[in-house]
Amino acid sequence: MVDATGLELIAHALRARLGDDAVTGTTYHRTQATVEVAPAAVEDAVRFLAREADDRFEFLASLHGCDYFPDEPRLSVHYQLLSMERQERVCVKTRMTIEQAELPSVAGLFPGANFQEREVYDMFGVVFSGHPDLTRILMPDDYAGHPQRRDFPIGGEEVRFTYNQDAP
Amino acid sequence: MTEATAAPERDTELFTINIGPHHPATHGVLRLLVELEGEYVHSVKPIIGYLHTGIEKSCEKHSYWKAITFVERMDYLAYYYNMMAYCMAVEELLDEPVPLRAQYLRVLHLELNRISSHLFWLGTAMLDVGAISMLWYAMRERDMVMDLFEMSSGQRMHTRYFQVGGVVEDIPPGWEAKCREFVAAMPGRIDQYEALLSKNEIFLRRTRGTGIVSQEDCLALGVTGPLLRATGHPWDLRKAMPYSSYDHFDFQIPVGTVGDNYDRYMVRMAEMRQSVRIVEQALDGLPEGAHITDNRKVALPPRDELATSMEALIHHFKLVTEGFRPPAGEVYRAIESPRGETGCFVVSDGSAKPARVHMRDPSFVNMQMVPKMAEGELIADMIASVALLDPIIGGVDR
Amino acid sequence: MEVTRTKLGEADDFRIKQLKAQQMLKGDIEGEELQQYVEERLLVTRLENIQHWAQANACWPLTFGLACCAIEFINVVGSPRNDLARFGLEALRASPRQADMIVLSGRISIKMAPVIRRIYDQMLEPKWVVSMGACCSSGGMFNNYALVAGAHKFMPVDVYIPGCPPRPEALMYGIIKLQDKIKQNPGMGWRERYGAEGTEETA
Repeated sequence: MVDATGLELIAHALRARLGDDAVTGTTYHRTQATVEVAPAAVEDAVRFLAREADDRFEFLASLHGCDYFPDEPRLSVHYQLLSMERQERVCVKTRMTIEQAELPSVAGLFPGANFQEREVYDMFGVVFSGHPDLTRILMPDDYAGHPQRRDFPIGGEEVRFTYNQDAP
Repeated sequence: MTEATAAPERDTELFTINIGPHHPATHGVLRLLVELEGEYVHSVKPIIGYLHTGIEKSCEKHSYWKAITFVERMDYLAYYYNMMAYCMAVEELLDEPVPLRAQYLRVLHLELNRISSHLFWLGTAMLDVGAISMLWYAMRERDMVMDLFEMSSGQRMHTRYFQVGGVVEDIPPGWEAKCREFVAAMPGRIDQYEALLSKNEIFLRRTRGTGIVSQEDCLALGVTGPLLRATGHPWDLRKAMPYSSYDHFDFQIPVGTVGDNYDRYMVRMAEMRQSVRIVEQALDGLPEGAHITDNRKVALPPRDELATSMEALIHHFKLVTEGFRPPAGEVYRAIESPRGETGCFVVSDGSAKPARVHMRDPSFVNMQMVPKMAEGELIADMIASVALLDPIIGGVDR
Repeated sequence: MEVTRTKLGEADDFRIKQLKAQQMLKGDIEGEELQQYVEERLLVTRLENIQHWAQANACWPLTFGLACCAIEFINVVGSPRNDLARFGLEALRASPRQADMIVLSGRISIKMAPVIRRIYDQMLEPKWVVSMGACCSSGGMFNNYALVAGAHKFMPVDVYIPGCPPRPEALMYGIIKLQDKIKQNPGMGWRERYGAEGTEETA
């Protein structure tokens, strides 16, 4: 796993490449290395780390989203990158508000991001510009709402007990 | 056969066919929208979502302990792997070490589950290819593994055997003997299966040279597991980034050469043999000790203590009603499941319920391989390719 | 290898029956003997009973599996230990037009529900539905936005089998109960077994 100094080196390289505003923070928690970047720079950051850096992370292991409600900015998308040669993982994370939930798509760089970006769009409402086919993938096509947002109700039925049902 | 061959000026139309979601040849409720040119597949689009269960959102409403049962129903053939990825992620959040005996017990059950998952794949994939009798043979061994699971945890499937910090219960006396019986019988059975299939002319004609995807394409698509190893890339998380004392065991990683359907079949058969080896070594080296961590803030105390110790009672009460509270943070842990890399991303906000659980399912990502495998080939080859892809729609849709 | 041979029933009895059958076929028995012979071999019942008995014992399921319960269903169909073939249900049909019974095995998502209803509509009468497992009986452990809480919300169900997933033996019991339901005997003769005849109440 990338250690804390390795993480700082990665952040430094990203800043050198993309500008100081691009990287908004680093987190190293229990062997997990996370670099937080600005939404506009995320595609460049992922491309840099995957294809151009000296120590590359060429494999996209996972692309997923999260909703940090009530923390703002709420929505986040995580790009979990893996280097098979050095057996290291790093996470590139970006956070955005609901109103500006738009990101450039990495489906051109990683064809495997296709379904995963569709899932993030379906579940959280993040629009990936440049995605070849951004439609709902898990919910029916005419579904309204983005279910995994934290303020979306869990749904389901009320369980019937004797206290909340009329006596027969 | 790629684009339409130069034919005389003729109005040709592609024939769109819809396969599924209810179809005997799709593994679960998968829908394939296929455009055919005669018998050749021009394009295929997998449409999923017919089994979406909202598992990830349901986990946010239940404590960490209860989320284990939700998460294990995701990839419903490799249920121990779902539990393992989640429990490992939560253990990392808690910074909780797992005792060595628990790690060995976990490895035992994981490898037995790998064998049973591959056996089920064998039975049903051969159904699609046409070797229908394999289903009965594969189920024969699977019943033996299910008996072992029932003996250790009480349930055949979805056993909720792994807990945060270890396993829920130690194995009963007699389990080891029964497991050794299974280990002794299994290699002979795998030999029987290979004798039926590996040199079978019909099977070779159907799987040799069909569904080829190159290694670069696989890596670009994020494909892991036996599919990637069939192309020759020896990436296996058990060896590359070992977890749960997998580095104590001596086993090999089978890889293929060409990346066609036959290689995928051979890789899985060889993996079954290696899993039997691991099970045998784990039984031989099973250490004495606790089966779960003794940190009472995380794991339930043993029941006999509840009668004598007040703290045990309080801990039990607290854990059952509220649950433990990991410190805030987020963690992504991945393990090697029978289908590839199963990862679990858990975000904790300091409360007793996870703020976000995301399972990175291998079948979801591997499903993107279907167009690459099928386009340009016969539709019958596409059926064989999807069968040997081994998708589990419960994991795809979650 | 040791081979032991046993004769079915009494040796002499069988031989006598054999000879009698041969005689009848040749037309050698007459009169009283013939009448008694035929009466011993006649079964008098209603046409519905025969029809239900035939339907119950040849109720072909549809190859339909949704989620984890389908694994146990395939276990029942394909495992040598729990075998569905001895109940006449071995011929699983892929086309709903040829199937008699659908076993809903697994969770029903909102995207899949119209598909299931369509398949059910395509099946020909008489048809039966077995709801296997907790998820299609009541939504199971998932009480959320993505599932239909029970198949009975959009189609008629005959037998519910609880479990998550139900053991193969539980599924077999459910199917036997369905067979008894088809034979118009859903109680499986419990009144005789418990000596409770005459205790029926009519409203």
